Amino acid sequence: MEVNGGDTAFVLMSAALVLFMTPGLAFFYGGLVRRKNFLSVLMQCFILICVITLQWVILGYSLSFGANSLGGLIGGLNFLGLSGVGMEPSPDYGTTIPHLAFMAFQGMFAVITPALIIGAFAERIKFSGFLVFMVIWATLVYDPVCHWVWGVGGWMRNLGALDFAGGTVVHINAGVAALVMALLIGKREGYKGGPFTPHHLPFVVLGASVLWFGWFGFNAGSALAADGAAANAFVTTNISTAAAGLTWALIEWKHNGSPTMLGAATGAVAGLVAITPACGFVGPMAAIPIGAGSSALGFVAVAVIKPRLGYDDTLDVFGVHGVGGVWGALATGIFAQKSVGGTDGLLFGNFHQFGVQAVSVLATIAYAAVMTFVLYKLVDAVIGMRVTKKDEIVGLDISQHREAGYTVLE
Amino acid sequence: MKYIIAVIQPHMLDEVREELKAAQVNLITVTPVLGCGRQQGITTIYRGMEEMGNLLKKVKIEIAVTDPFLQPTLDAIRKGARTGEIGDGKIFVFDLEDCMRIRTGEMGAQAIG
Repeated sequence: MEVNGGDTAFVLMSAALVLFMTPGLAFFYGGLVRRKNFLSVLMQCFILICVITLQWVILGYSLSFGANSLGGLIGGLNFLGLSGVGMEPSPDYGTTIPHLAFMAFQGMFAVITPALIIGAFAERIKFSGFLVFMVIWATLVYDPVCHWVWGVGGWMRNLGALDFAGGTVVHINAGVAALVMALLIGKREGYKGGPFTPHHLPFVVLGASVLWFGWFGFNAGSALAADGAAANAFVTTNISTAAAGLTWALIEWKHNGSPTMLGAATGAVAGLVAITPACGFVGPMAAIPIGAGSSALGFVAVAVIKPRLGYDDTLDVFGVHGVGGVWGALATGIFAQKSVGGTDGLLFGNFHQFGVQAVSVLATIAYAAVMTFVLYKLVDAVIGMRVTKKDEIVGLDISQHREAGYTVLE
Repeated sequence: MKYIIAVIQPHMLDEVREELKAAQVNLITVTPVLGCGRQQGITTIYRGMEEMGNLLKKVKIEIAVTDPFLQPTLDAIRKGARTGEIGDGKIFVFDLEDCMRIRTGEMGAQAIG
């Protein structure tokens, strides 16, 4: 195995793009909260880059990509502290790039997955409880599921489940955890079923745009080589996102009378989520129904189902990432095409693949839901997860961080 | 006619508005303001240095009423804004000389409601 310069350059640049998604997400989420909680959301996203990066190099990478242990349930400890992860390629992962480059690229995924969950409990979580919860969640939920899907010997990988860039590992995992967290932590003070007015929509658009940009690294980079598969993933990603952004705006136009900027931005993210597992397995034209379908389902989840059920998923992590992730994973089993990624889906007569996708979706939902529930109860009992009513009313910027995002006077 | 200015805790605004609605007072002007009274300011920290006594965010509401509505309005504001802690705010009442509705040119009590 020899290091290929082009592949290495591409994967390292992709890793930097994926890193940039987390601050992008911070602005996407931060613009949606009330101004008294803006910094708290930025801080939660930013500190996860710091904390999970360390968790990843010390333990997380090994649990995800270490030698198969416990019958495919988790990686072993052979890469603990990056031992044996060096400048030469790994025989198993990204065989034309340095093992360190693969590790760094995957580390960015480990960072953004818990960051996605932040949207569910925004505006009411205690920073200390949040930090401890996220480190444990990354270790006991993200790392094992990552191993199942992408680790050599992982049971979903052996089953033949297709997940090009993290539909199950990242989006279903985070989306389901988000729903459980929103239910457990409870509604915000004063929540009556409708949203509080977002404090700065231009930041939301900036954040969504950064996500769209960074997602090229996420999806195309997952080819782990500067090749045709990367180009296919790049193109399908862009098409799905465009279709989804347009679809959400059109649905709003019909349903509410006017297309909104927030709707187009939300739709774009839903499209990015849905194409993530599929981008290396479906052709460019299949990306249109995948993106449009994600927006249609997401809109129903966010605008119809959520108000009826009454849970307070502050920034609709479940509606966008959970629902979009499930749709994307199933759509991969529908639209996959042998000539693109080596496997046919339902449309091309392969019913088996659709079944395999469904199994991987259900297993991820079940594991993420149960583990998130248990970990939440644990951390809540020991440290506490929700701030006091007074701290919540004053806002998390002042109560958790003693600083303010905005001044009113100079 | 009276002109009422109240300075209240920002997060009590919704409850004050509900109480006012219940008292059939529907016209209100709201401004975000900064201030500090007996409740000391808050301390923030920037790069390790504390900044003491920043002014607190408050909400100022202004309402013009006819005399029979004065007491119900005061009661509604107090009911909605009171938490019992220092910092709940104050209500000021002024005599209001006159009032004109711009659209119709009506004056006085007719123009207020």
